[in-house]
Amino acid sequence: MADPMRVRAAEVNGLVDVKVLMKHDMETGQRKDAAGKVIPAWFITNLVAKVGAKEVFKAQFGTAISKDPFLNFKVKGPKKGDEITITWFDSKGETRTDRALIA
Amino acid sequence: MNRREVLKMTTIIGLMAANGLITSAQANEWEKQAFEGKSLDDVIKAFGGAGTEKSAAINFTAPDIAENGAVVPLVISTTLKASQIAIIVEKNPTALSGIFYFPEGAEPFVSTRVKMAQTSNVLALVKAEQKWYLASKEVKVTLGGCGG
Repeated sequence: MADPMRVRAAEVNGLVDVKVLMKHDMETGQRKDAAGKVIPAWFITNLVAKVGAKEVFKAQFGTAISKDPFLNFKVKGPKKGDEITITWFDSKGETRTDRALIA
Repeated sequence: MNRREVLKMTTIIGLMAANGLITSAQANEWEKQAFEGKSLDDVIKAFGGAGTEKSAAINFTAPDIAENGAVVPLVISTTLKASQIAIIVEKNPTALSGIFYFPEGAEPFVSTRVKMAQTSNVLALVKAEQKWYLASKEVKVTLGGCGG
C-alpha cells in the first residue's frame, strides 16, 4: 500500500485552493544503482481530483515531476465542508486515494 | 447450452465488462507519444496541434537559478480560457514534464515542482480554444536532478 498523501483544501471568496503532497519516488529510469544497473522507471502517471462525482481537475505526469510530487490548483464552485477526493495511479498499476474536507 | 455453460459465459462477459468499466472509470489515458517527445515540436505534434504562439496572457513564475535541479518550483496561471496547461523542459531527456486538465469553469492555475537535468528554457504551454500558447523562461541549474 502506498503511503498517504497530504491534502489541504481551503475556500476563500468562492475559490478553493487545493494543495496535495504525494509520497512517491518518481524513478525516472535514468538513474543507476551502486552496481551500475539501471533502476527501472516507476512514477505516478495520472491524478484526478473529484468533488462528489464531478471531476474538478486532472493531471498526467511524466518522469520529470519531482520526487514526492507537490501540486497546487484552484477549483471554483465547491463549498466549505464539501469533500475533495484525490486519486493517483502509477506506472506499476498502484493507486492511492485520499480525502480532505474543504475548510 | 446447459445451465453451467450459460453461467460460465455470463461470468466471462461480466469480467470483460468489469475490466472495460475499470479502465474508463479511471480515465487513465497517458499521452505516451507526447511524453516520449524530445522537443517542443514533437510534443505539439503528439497533441495534434499546429504550432505555438507566444502570449503575454500567461503568467509564468520560475526561479532564475535553481540550486537543486531535482526540485524546481513552477507556477503557471493565465487569463486565457485554458482547457490544458503543459510544462516542457527543453533540455531534459524527455521534454514534457506534465499535463494539467481544467474542466469547464475551473481556474487555469497550477503550481508544481519539476526535475531539470541542466540549464534550460522551461516552457509553459496553454491550450485555449484549440490553439497552443506559450511562455518561456530560462532556468539556470547548478546541480542536475536527473542522473545519478
